[in-house]
Amino acid sequence: MKFDQPATLNPIDRARVVGKPVDRIDGPLKVAGAAPYAYERHDVAPNPAYGWMIGSAIAKGTINSIDTTEAEAAPGVLAVLTHANAGALGKGNMNTARLLGGPDIQHYDQAVALVVAETFEQARDAAKLVRVDYTQGQGKFDLLVGVKTAQPPKSVQGSPADTSVGDFDGAFKSAAVKVDQTYTTPDQSHAMMEPHATTAAWAGDKLTVWTSNQMVTWAVKEMAKTLKIAPENVQVVSPYIGGGFGSKLFLRADALLAALGARAVGRPVKVALARPQIPNNTTHRPATIQRLRIGATKDGVIQAIGHDVWAGDLPGGDVESAGLQTRLLYAGKNRKTTHRLAELDLPEGNAMRAPGEAVGLLALEVAMDELAEACGVDPVELRIKNDIQYDPEAGPKRPFSSRKLIECLQQGAERFGWSKRNPKPGQVREGDFLIGMGVAAAFRNNMAMPSGARVAIDGKGRITVSTDMTDIGTGTYTIIAQTAAELLGVNVSDVTVKLGDSSFPASAGSGGQWGANSSTAGVYATCMTLRGMLAQKAGFNAEDALFEDGMIKAAGKAIPLRDAVGREGISVDDKIEFGDLTERYAQATFGAHFCEVAVDRFTGEVHVRRMGGAFAAGRILNPKTARSQVIGAMTMGVGAALMEELVVDKRFGYFVNHDMAEYHVPVHADIPEQDVLFLDELDDKSSPMKAKGVGELGICGAGAAVANAIYNATGVRLRDYPMTLDKVIGGLAKA
Amino acid sequence: MKAFTYERAASPAKAAEAAVANPGAKFIAGGTNLLDLMKLQIETPTHLIDVNRLGLDEIAATRDGGLRIGALVRNTDLAAHKAVRRDYGVLSRALLSGASGQLRNKATTAGNLLQRTRCPYFYDTTKPCNKRKPGTGCAALNGFNRNMAIMGTSADCIATHPSDMAVAMRLLDATVETITSDGTKRAIPMADFHRLPGNTPDIETALAPGEFITSVVLPKPLGGTHIYRKVRDRTSYAFAVLSVAAVFDKQGETRFAFGGLAHKPWRVEAADALGSRGAAAVAEAALAGAKTTEQNAFKIDLTQRTLAAVFAQKEA
Amino acid sequence: MTMTPTTLKVNGKDVRMTLDPRTTLLDALREHLHLTGTKKGCDHGQCGACTVIVEGRRINSCLTLALMHDGDEIATIEGLGSADKMHPMQQAFVTHDGYQCGYCTPGQICSAVAVLEEIEAGIPSHVTEDLNKVAYSDAEVRERMSGNICRCAAYPNIIAAIRDVAEGDKA
Repeated sequence: MKFDQPATLNPIDRARVVGKPVDRIDGPLKVAGAAPYAYERHDVAPNPAYGWMIGSAIAKGTINSIDTTEAEAAPGVLAVLTHANAGALGKGNMNTARLLGGPDIQHYDQAVALVVAETFEQARDAAKLVRVDYTQGQGKFDLLVGVKTAQPPKSVQGSPADTSVGDFDGAFKSAAVKVDQTYTTPDQSHAMMEPHATTAAWAGDKLTVWTSNQMVTWAVKEMAKTLKIAPENVQVVSPYIGGGFGSKLFLRADALLAALGARAVGRPVKVALARPQIPNNTTHRPATIQRLRIGATKDGVIQAIGHDVWAGDLPGGDVESAGLQTRLLYAGKNRKTTHRLAELDLPEGNAMRAPGEAVGLLALEVAMDELAEACGVDPVELRIKNDIQYDPEAGPKRPFSSRKLIECLQQGAERFGWSKRNPKPGQVREGDFLIGMGVAAAFRNNMAMPSGARVAIDGKGRITVSTDMTDIGTGTYTIIAQTAAELLGVNVSDVTVKLGDSSFPASAGSGGQWGANSSTAGVYATCMTLRGMLAQKAGFNAEDALFEDGMIKAAGKAIPLRDAVGREGISVDDKIEFGDLTERYAQATFGAHFCEVAVDRFTGEVHVRRMGGAFAAGRILNPKTARSQVIGAMTMGVGAALMEELVVDKRFGYFVNHDMAEYHVPVHADIPEQDVLFLDELDDKSSPMKAKGVGELGICGAGAAVANAIYNATGVRLRDYPMTLDKVIGGLAKA
Repeated sequence: MKAFTYERAASPAKAAEAAVANPGAKFIAGGTNLLDLMKLQIETPTHLIDVNRLGLDEIAATRDGGLRIGALVRNTDLAAHKAVRRDYGVLSRALLSGASGQLRNKATTAGNLLQRTRCPYFYDTTKPCNKRKPGTGCAALNGFNRNMAIMGTSADCIATHPSDMAVAMRLLDATVETITSDGTKRAIPMADFHRLPGNTPDIETALAPGEFITSVVLPKPLGGTHIYRKVRDRTSYAFAVLSVAAVFDKQGETRFAFGGLAHKPWRVEAADALGSRGAAAVAEAALAGAKTTEQNAFKIDLTQRTLAAVFAQKEA
Repeated sequence: MTMTPTTLKVNGKDVRMTLDPRTTLLDALREHLHLTGTKKGCDHGQCGACTVIVEGRRINSCLTLALMHDGDEIATIEGLGSADKMHPMQQAFVTHDGYQCGYCTPGQICSAVAVLEEIEAGIPSHVTEDLNKVAYSDAEVRERMSGNICRCAAYPNIIAAIRDVAEGDKA
């Protein structure tokens, strides 16, 4: 099915199952510990050998030699693989650095060897016996130095590095009120709970990897390219993924090394990255420096808005697209965005939950708070005032498909009790705590990707949906079952969903918050094809057939599905493809975040007391799982605001705090009640589901609301994330 | 983790004996820090002496009104013990602010005293560290040192001691009781138990090789108000950026000990005497001779602020 | 290295194993007994995904050696209940969506069960105002559950699930 015209009334609109807060169908398996993750495939890959990755001890330079003799002689060791004996390897299109380094080293903890042994204990021990002799090179590790020679990247997520409309410089210069501030965000780590892990096995020249990967189709292609084998010979299986957030979008060292190890020892090999290896071996969200200039009339109408972004990455890498939302979020006739990329030899920067917006809004939405104060306009009101219903760069010819930012701000403010906020900072005190409230807009671009599915009905009427789509905690299993149940007129319990296997039809995969809308649209398309076939079989006109109660009904007749399909059942593959509606219309999701913090007036410790948000993201396919996505993302926003930072050691070129004790993410005690309101919205231009993504929207702006609340509580305006207590007390009055 | 041989000790003296007989041996109790370090080969014992089944898990009153805490009393049990809650609140509070419920269930009294620094360079075997590998240098001095020590540092090491419990024990003037392989017993005051780094940061305590901790003795209760204020980068499950243990006793005497400032729980007698003059005076005395870096200079201000919080809490 | 015989009482059953002494309790469960419900998130006591209940107390199974637990009773998520026959805490997690990716979930659930017992037993926590008066509250549970990190951050849902079970216990 090609989706190239806005959707009209369609069978999803019955909303009998879709849109209901159905419990996760994979829930019982997960709570029982019975859902098999990649390193746990004793069922399909018995008697595996264990691989332990060795990472480079230097960030830049060359391996002179690797002495593996002692390791190879160690008890239980089956093989030691390095660049010298692994065979010729390619590099995946999506990897910036090679997954197995050597002789050249591109970053710290880049894999340089894999030790394979009979047991995990033996492999880990023997890894310490591999002697790698390096020549250290001169690396570039300091973004502040790198920005001096930073260059415009070829493109930023497919769009130009720079955009300009009207006369930004002139309009900013003459604006009555100006904000001109620079903000910084640090490198951040996804820190998903399941480490990157893979079990690999070969049967002849056919490779199967049971792995933890968000994008099964990409993984097949990238594995084939890296191993220089045919994609037909690679099967990727990823039914359960212990969190991704972008870190598992790509083929990573665990998968490649497990495949190489299994080939070398002729039996299944499994490899999990050790937690302390993950931040430097894998990808991270790159640090940014962002300058925001906003010029407005004295009552807050934006006249000029400019956003300049600097970020770094390895040679050949991409810039963090932090300026993109500024092209779309607020009105203003004169506008400008720029992105500059500095070459750094730190580990590979790449996508982490809402790449671009997640950090772009940390800057833009604090700048808006600063503008609100400078104009004396309420921050909610300021955002409403500068709303625009079309792409402000392209003009009225490119309207938003749907945009309920104003409603989000208004309804969110109402629910949160925003009117109780004292606009003057540092005024509200409860005991030893300074109390403040902050707001920020949420914005995340909506993307759609082609997505396929196979829908089968067996002779008993049981429905099975198979697709290589993944569920990384997003609720995919459940919303796909809901979609199929809705369209085929059955209950969710009548549907089995099989995910994450490359032998199933290729899907959108989980990334960029496109997964839910795209993959259910693929199931929609396939079910519609199936409905046509079933109607025909039953002798009905497809348009007249009603699918409900497990039956096809038309012309006063009702035929059970199992009878319609016959004893042999029926199976169909189809997919959704998208036309140019995303070009004709600006498509995005919107929201408003509200936060109340309590700042210890002595120690500067910040505690989030309440968070609330209102969001408009098209049809909410399952409000229970969608809410979980949003609160989880809000919490990641709290992490970004208050504690998350990979600290760069500029001498050695690596992230120093590379474990979960030293890279802090929020814990239970950091997170109070979180209130989420989804606005009623159907977006007929997004897909036949009329849904949009929601998995990343929740992080977009959440951290800025925290930052603005800190300012409101204390009068301390911080512009460098994370806002740790040392920075807070730097601005507080003497205790 | 390097291969090791394993034995279960039969008695404290036998444990000490085994340790002397095996120069590469380590005692293992809770294991929550030792195994962490063994996995990274920061600790590489060739022999493990499991002391978990030695008993030593009682808390008993001493003749002079104090408490004797068995070396193997778990952190949870120590914090929850009736007498500790009632008479040594600062110790309960310190314990409960540390680690997580799971770790406190496993970690022991002696093990907590012996836990090693969280300096990230100590944890990274590819980096210089005089504590891990004497003579290689200190990567923290000019590296990431926001959370490093500002008191009693040396040119060789600016690591901190990570324990909360030890700070409270230092405040309470606890004594560490040990036994050696020949059966000799001694009592080491907490003040002398942990060392400053000097030029041997790898030697962290006063224990002789093989010397085995059997118990920790608390002197009779001080009474008064007990406060443990831990400042950290997230609300729970994080090591201290700074902590203050304080007792304001009924006679108006005060004492203060600090975590996150030094290679050992930090206490300055001169500062104890200044309680009546307020947070600033105490901080000034406690921090005399402080040596900060650009990143950790905030700890000076934070110490005074946290003391101010402690004084405010005392008043409340 | 000497392979060492060890007997664990796992979910009520005696299991004899001969182990490399370096084997953690976590790896004994996952790799030797194929009880993979207990998860390895960090292997260093920094995340809580490996939480199991040993001799009635929750601990991080990654930071203890299997042979240190010879004869000990170990309860894992598999012992609490199964997908077909869920423990009330497991059911509450499903009802309240107290998870997303599911990887920290068994550890959260084992911890949650133990936390309610700890409160019942009067063990105080960092947020207990009066050390001698321990009672259930959401704040108590948040503090006590903080050794179980959930990066998907289902935190409020997990608290709701635990509250549900706690209230059910009282009823």
